[in-house]
Amino acid sequence: MDKDIVILAIESSCDETAAAVIKNGREILSNVIYSQIDLHTLYGGVVPEIASRKHIDKINQVVDKAISDSGMELKNMDAVAVTYGPGLVGPLLVGVSFAKAMAYGAGLPVIGVHHIEGHICANYIANKDLEPPFICLVVSGGHTHLVKVTDYGKYEILGRTEDDAAGEAFDKVARAIGLGYPGGPKIDRISKEGDPFSIKFPRAKVGNSEYDFSFSGLKSAVLNYLNTASMNNEEIVTENVAASFQQAVIDVLVSHSMDAVEKNGFKKFAIAGGVASNSGLREAFEKACGERNIDFFLPPPILCTDNAAMIGAAAYYEYISGTRHGLDLNAIANLKLGERQ
Amino acid sequence: MKILALDSSGLVASVAYLEDGKIKGNINVNYQKTHSQTLLPMLDELVKTLDINLSEVDCIAVANGPGSFTGLRIGVATVKGLGLSLRKDIVPVSTLEALSLNWYGANGIVCPIMDARRSQVYAAAYRFGKEVKGEEVIEPVNCEISKLLEKLEGFGEKIYFTGDGVPVYREYIENNLKAETVFPMPVNAYQNAGNVAVLGQYYAEKGLTKKAEEVSPVYLRKPQAEREREALQNASN
Repeated sequence: MDKDIVILAIESSCDETAAAVIKNGREILSNVIYSQIDLHTLYGGVVPEIASRKHIDKINQVVDKAISDSGMELKNMDAVAVTYGPGLVGPLLVGVSFAKAMAYGAGLPVIGVHHIEGHICANYIANKDLEPPFICLVVSGGHTHLVKVTDYGKYEILGRTEDDAAGEAFDKVARAIGLGYPGGPKIDRISKEGDPFSIKFPRAKVGNSEYDFSFSGLKSAVLNYLNTASMNNEEIVTENVAASFQQAVIDVLVSHSMDAVEKNGFKKFAIAGGVASNSGLREAFEKACGERNIDFFLPPPILCTDNAAMIGAAAYYEYISGTRHGLDLNAIANLKLGERQ
Repeated sequence: MKILALDSSGLVASVAYLEDGKIKGNINVNYQKTHSQTLLPMLDELVKTLDINLSEVDCIAVANGPGSFTGLRIGVATVKGLGLSLRKDIVPVSTLEALSLNWYGANGIVCPIMDARRSQVYAAAYRFGKEVKGEEVIEPVNCEISKLLEKLEGFGEKIYFTGDGVPVYREYIENNLKAETVFPMPVNAYQNAGNVAVLGQYYAEKGLTKKAEEVSPVYLRKPQAEREREALQNASN
């Protein structure tokens, strides 16, 4: 392509207010994230109304900084991209309303981006050579999806969670063993000091699809273990509970993912989403892919948590395929992957 | 002075353009679509119909609350986005004060009421004099409708009501308020960005504009989770 395509991207689907400027879908010119996590820690989880209020207070500062950090002017950019689902509707609406108005004021087109597609596309930024087709596992606080990426912008869901998202299970178990919110990083940290094979927790099999996940049974098994142990006055080694729980999650994620790669005859596998920064998970996938001679791709942690750089990467491929949204673009809390407007 | 104005604080989505003291255009929609689908297309229609050059607008006015939390954020996010890309200042205008202009010049007390659910209202009261802006005799509050009526009785004057709280509480007011009352017609019952534009000019002339990043909705009510957390803390103290 002769001309560089530069996109300003905005993300506000949960508790991060983020903006980034991305060149040609692969190069970060700026990447600004304002995390509200400290605020929500007081409540043990994200409170949608509080998140919405914080987004609107911070969005100008975040977007303004992303523009100035990029060294470019808005009028010289090609489009404004924004996450319009899935996510919390209040937070999404702040980003969508803001992005549309901004684009309108600057005379630029608007491109609505699917949040999960954004997570997958974080891999394009981290790995300049990665091209579809590949299998991607998206694991975060709100999502657990095993996705077949057949081409740029073309996604097919192979499996998803039937109940809790993987990150949600981490949060709930962390609360039960007294670690607090957010659970993922805390469990990951203390698991390093525990024995992952000390307690036998179940690896759930799900009826509907060989690639679907279920984590609520595992969560209940951990809670039962804790109850039984405390009733019998047995010592609970928190590190062992955390490590064994994490191992059970990882085993299921790895086995489903490797099956999907091999049965589809692919050679490339990627992970994405907040839980993809879990160090135990990253090591397990490196090992599993290495043994099977599969190329393994993973974004650095800063591109795993919610960010706008990934939205800009996804938007680039939408932009070159001609996607443009109208001024009536709405936030869709339960937007489905591959069913975009 | 050229002012673009928006109000999406309640059921109505409204946009207006004021130039040289005249409302050149005003579009109001009271329909079940969400404001995120209607507000910006309406603004675009206004801009195209009136050949508005957005770069020549002096400032953008917005009804910044109280009102529906989501509605307020759609309106405020929209002006913050426009403000950033057009590099324009914003004039925040109280939703209730803008509503009071529905009874501009009334000989008595003007009381805009907005339904805040659970027997509550967002309300304020104004008395008009010579200026376009009424004197605020009850400052914007979130309270029980009964508490508001107690305050209104204290004035011993005719009360002019307007706002989306009227259809919800009219019967209650008629049965409980010991004062002469006037209720609005469909034409002056709801939010109108024309009123926001007029007050926007009033405040802009006094230099009361804000940078886009400084503008926030005025909710008058804390999030439920925050109220519950405070109640728990108070109970344990």
